[in-house]
Amino acid sequence: MTTATVSPLPADLLSSRKPAPFSLARRTIMTPVLLSLLILAIAGLTVLSGSKPFNQAVIDVFVRVTLVVGLYIFIGNSGVLSFGHIGFTCMGAYAAAWLTINPIMKKSALPGLPQWLLETRLPYWQSAFLAALFAGVAALVFGRVLMRLSGIAASIATFAMLAMINTIYSNWEDVTGATSSVVGIPIVRTIWPYVGAAIISIFIAWGHAISRAGLALRAARDEPTAAAASGVDIPRARLVAFTISGAVMGLGGALMAHSIGVVTPDTFYLGLTFITLSMLVVGGMGSLSGAVIGVVLLSALIQALRWLEAGVAIGSTTFGLPKGLQEIALGVIMIVILALRPAGLIGNREITSFRRSSRKQSSQQ
Amino acid sequence: MLQIVFDGLSLGSLYALGALGIALIFGVMRLVNFAHGDVIAFCIFALLWPSTDAMAVVFAGQLPWYLLVPLVLVVGAGLSVLCEILVFRRFRRASPATMMIASFALGFVIRYFLLMLFTSRPKSISLLPMLSQPVEIFGARLPLLQLITIVATVVILIGLSLFLRRTRFGLEMRAAAENFSMARMLGVRANRVIMGAFALSGALAGAIALIFGSQTGTADIQMGASIMLMAFIATVIGGLGSLAGAVLAGFLLGGASVVMQVVLPVDARPFRDAFVYGAVILILLFRPQGLIAARGTKERV
Repeated sequence: MTTATVSPLPADLLSSRKPAPFSLARRTIMTPVLLSLLILAIAGLTVLSGSKPFNQAVIDVFVRVTLVVGLYIFIGNSGVLSFGHIGFTCMGAYAAAWLTINPIMKKSALPGLPQWLLETRLPYWQSAFLAALFAGVAALVFGRVLMRLSGIAASIATFAMLAMINTIYSNWEDVTGATSSVVGIPIVRTIWPYVGAAIISIFIAWGHAISRAGLALRAARDEPTAAAASGVDIPRARLVAFTISGAVMGLGGALMAHSIGVVTPDTFYLGLTFITLSMLVVGGMGSLSGAVIGVVLLSALIQALRWLEAGVAIGSTTFGLPKGLQEIALGVIMIVILALRPAGLIGNREITSFRRSSRKQSSQQ
Repeated sequence: MLQIVFDGLSLGSLYALGALGIALIFGVMRLVNFAHGDVIAFCIFALLWPSTDAMAVVFAGQLPWYLLVPLVLVVGAGLSVLCEILVFRRFRRASPATMMIASFALGFVIRYFLLMLFTSRPKSISLLPMLSQPVEIFGARLPLLQLITIVATVVILIGLSLFLRRTRFGLEMRAAAENFSMARMLGVRANRVIMGAFALSGALAGAIALIFGSQTGTADIQMGASIMLMAFIATVIGGLGSLAGAVLAGFLLGGASVVMQVVLPVDARPFRDAFVYGAVILILLFRPQGLIAARGTKERV
């Protein structure tokens, strides 16, 4: 049914005449649609199975899809490896906690919050939206400074940003509860909000990728000098992607808070940073399909290993009996995949429907 | 006052040694090695007998120091070379991002291997206990260990720079760091140089493990991570691939941490690291290529 093809963009640049309105959108829409169908299919299977632990595991997968797609929006399009995005997830999660915890509990646990925030209590979807907005604004502010850098200096600066956010959140006693966990976040157990968020983030990523800023950014990723010479304002294009991806990461953070009900600063630190980055790189850093498929495959692998290890359902994240074997196997498998396919499983291609791809290939020749 | 200077110097020594270990490998193969921190942890656990008790059963730690120190260094170098042969050799042509993630995955494997044998609980160990006695210098009371840390770092740095400048192998390594393909064409053996860099870097990890282990008196699986983060940042601030820059930036970061601890008002002290990282971003903004830019790292168009 489906096959992977080369990205349609080069053909686009070759043609001299002005393309029809929305032609790019029409030719690439299959990718987000197919990925959404994949998400919906997984969700449908989960609902049919009716198993509670499986439901929770799939919710985790969808949260990670949102996070990794958020990473892809910046990293995939700009080619700059960012270690800092989980910082925005942290901000989003805490913002969701501030907005949704019962005011009575909030007064005793987090007395340092401003009065209006102490009294508000929103439904989870409103808080998730505001959390995304908050993280997006934070990304805009940080991005104004960081996007002037490029290459490895930018990566390290984002790393420093992550460490900075983590230090602040794990020490600001009366606003974030320092390193102790913030409890009382309403837990959402139905799967559909997470499905919705994953699909929304996929479409946001697609919309950004075919927008003017997204195209300019990918041009700058592949040929920075030529792009700059053609009038691409690279820091600006990067800032747009950074802000959008920051907002998506914030959304993912809010969902993560609602899926587990507890937030601590160290949930959103190096561990999560590396697992999400690994999923992106293993799937294929330069492709939206790679981001989604990387998450689904690696998550399935982690689950399978956990079941093999424990013999029972999930929940072996804390101390189990032969603890560690699962992680070792995961690391080894990741190294093998990367050694065999250095560009990731999908590489730079995208999934589209078979018929369209054959026509595209003929038009290129 | 003198106390602050020595605190800064000894913390800076750790960061500098860590940064050097990363910069050596980055120089020859453009790999940012995230597994380095786990190599550090492995070195310290190599001295312990596998057990799940909180009090560690030290089996090699009882050795006299003149055997203990070389043993740890050899363990570090051996593990590091093993990583190169088993894993990184397959990634010579991969992109930096892929290599970085592979090194992270490798670190993950090492960390959970340790976790399987020793559990994640920190263990108290007494490594070289005679070093914790205080000594008096210029009216300041310092732990002997701090002094030894600084002296050992200086000795290591001098030794390393002599090695890199005076020996043939050092020359080959510097040539490879500057322009790897050109060096190969001129007859430098790639595998030998890269393995040498990994061995040196692993030995440095062993040195850090010894110093850190005897400073804190605990062996913790996570112990490499905190040093690594700073060392990693120091490598970039110093100018990736530049060894002198890495050392300088390591000491700078150590000094900055200690000075901020003293200078900041009490309320802001828990946020010390946030200020240090903020300073890092500022430095990068003004000198994105690092304090001492290495030759050959700038991309040509």
